[in-house]
Amino acid sequence: MGSLLILIGFPFMVFTQNVNLRFQNKVGDMPLIIDSVNYKNELNQDFTISKFKFYISNVRFENTNGTTTAPSTSFLIDQEDSLSLSTNLISIPSGFYSSVEFILGVDSIHNVSGAQTGALDVVNAMFWTWNSGYIFMKLEGNSSFSNSPGHFFEYHIGGFKEPYNAIRKIKLTFDQPVEISKHKLIDILINVNVLEILQHPNSIDFSKNSSIVEPFQSKIVSDNYEDIFSIINIK
Amino acid sequence: MNKRILIVFLIIASSLGMLSLDQFEDIFKITKKDVKLIYPTYFPKPSYSFSSNKLSPDKFVLGRKLFYDEILSKDNTVSCATCHERIAAFAHIDHKLSHGIYAKIGTRNVPPIQNLIWRTSFMWEGGVNHIEIQPLSPIENPIEMDEKMSNVLLKLKNDPVYVSLFKKAYKDSEITSERVFKSLTQFMGLMISSNSRYDKFIQQKDTLSKMEMNGLTLFRAKCASCHTEPLFTNNGFANNGLKVDPSLNDEGRYKITKNEKDKYAFTIPSLRNIEMTYPYMHDGRFKKIMDVLNFYSEGQNHNATVDQRVTSIGKLSSQEKKELNAFLLTLTDKTFLYDRRFVDPDYVFSR
Ligand code: HEC
Ligand code: HEC
Repeated sequence: MGSLLILIGFPFMVFTQNVNLRFQNKVGDMPLIIDSVNYKNELNQDFTISKFKFYISNVRFENTNGTTTAPSTSFLIDQEDSLSLSTNLISIPSGFYSSVEFILGVDSIHNVSGAQTGALDVVNAMFWTWNSGYIFMKLEGNSSFSNSPGHFFEYHIGGFKEPYNAIRKIKLTFDQPVEISKHKLIDILINVNVLEILQHPNSIDFSKNSSIVEPFQSKIVSDNYEDIFSIINIK
Repeated sequence: MNKRILIVFLIIASSLGMLSLDQFEDIFKITKKDVKLIYPTYFPKPSYSFSSNKLSPDKFVLGRKLFYDEILSKDNTVSCATCHERIAAFAHIDHKLSHGIYAKIGTRNVPPIQNLIWRTSFMWEGGVNHIEIQPLSPIENPIEMDEKMSNVLLKLKNDPVYVSLFKKAYKDSEITSERVFKSLTQFMGLMISSNSRYDKFIQQKDTLSKMEMNGLTLFRAKCASCHTEPLFTNNGFANNGLKVDPSLNDEGRYKITKNEKDKYAFTIPSLRNIEMTYPYMHDGRFKKIMDVLNFYSEGQNHNATVDQRVTSIGKLSSQEKKELNAFLLTLTDKTFLYDRRFVDPDYVFSR
């Protein structure tokens, strides 16, 4: 409720958290709808999606003279939790900024820090219990091409230790510098293209890879997910 | 009267109805003094210092209750203490492989819980990297407690006793996974064994017999590179030359690192309280300390990853085995095994 108020905003209000990241998950050009729409991967294999969650962490903004802001904490973006798609607030010092950076995943320090709350609470079921570390992204669904029971596929991608490091740095450059101040809430709408998780450079074949659930298997997917993000608009 | 004997006496007396409930509860009361982090000067600095989990009697008591409570399992039949028995330094006496929920048999021997705050990783393959999140693994393991952490929280929130215990410990009654884990960590983290005869010998408060001394000398020459004093582990991993059991084919550390060098390597266990933590090894294959010594002396299996420090142990004479055995028995720490702080009064009463 508190965050909703901030979103609606009032004139002359001072925003301690003055930037909001919103996410719009899509599969190619189609909106992502859980368990209902049939999509196709680049191998022309059909699939539906039953779960899509991922972490972004350490969001920083680079200003026009090249210095970056202090990184914020982690956000868990979950297709089935609309608030997580619409409201991810951070506070950024006033200035002109040219890009936003973050990591897809959770940084190594927070992978070894024990019990945590909020986005990193283990109740979010994004943590490997026997091989400590956060699952950075969960994509689950069905494809008639999958050979798993029930034609299920599941990709639990993560791992923070070399050589199985699935953390990816993302940098999204703005078309033109964006002014951030304390008096206006800047809303950045980011497109997430799930199709890119399944392709480029590695074409994911549901008949061969229906279960990728451990850090040492992650690379085939984590090398794909670097380019799933793009900015739709900034308001 | 010796304090330990006194406590044993009190437990017996109370169970015979010779003590009133109030007197009994007084004995198990946890005070500020009970939750002080105390360890000998020759111990290294712990890797977990409680700095972001300030020790308090109320948090400790909450952790104790959680540890002994079956509420953490799906069908409310299994508690941490089901597998981790106090009198075995919180290992599982005489069970080769763990026995969990729905009478399911696990694939690993239950290790003791002691001196965890000096450890840098947990479990036989070292997959768990922090003491606080260690309990998540048994809670969510389908063959141990088979519960979801979110459901544990629901159950706790519906229990007025817990609501008030959380409130006492944390000043508000919010029940979160972080609080559950941190409370359990206070209870487990204070399970410190540092008062064995070996310790008293190091502190020059006791002497060792000739036999035990010879054992210590042998131990330092042949075993201490891995089972390093004073904690009797160097926190590392090694393949100590056990023959691979084909029915389990447990690849150990390799499962975590996927590095060929780590195949069949396991956490180097501490040998403190070894007398009480039988059977031995990750699969509980040896019943007696002497079986272990016979294995190191003449039963090693030399596959590709076996550790040089083990192959170089060589054959031990029967005298040497007796000496090593005698030394290992000096690691039994009765102060720890009978420590009243780790007894749950509710649990004692309900049995
Ligand atoms: C079904 C039996 C069982 C139950 C119940 C159980 N454990 Fe364990 N515990 C084990 C086994 C077996 C291991 C070793 C597992 C492995 O290495 O694969 C273990 C390992 C541990 C360790 C790591 C010790 C070390 O030396 O690395 C700790 C700490 C621990 N358990 C605490 C707990 C807590 C706290 C609970 C309750 C929330 C609990 N256990 C419930 C069987 C059990
Ligand atoms: C290369 C390191 C290394 C050396 C040297 C070594 N050990 Fe071990 N020891 C281990 C490992 C690793 C284990 C656990 C192996 C497993 O369960 O797979 C172990 C297990 C044990 C156990 C069983 C502990 C338990 O809780 O189950 C005992 C007892 C033991 N060692 C005694 C000795 C003695 C005595 C010596 C010297 C004669 C020795 N070890 C030398 C690495 C070593």
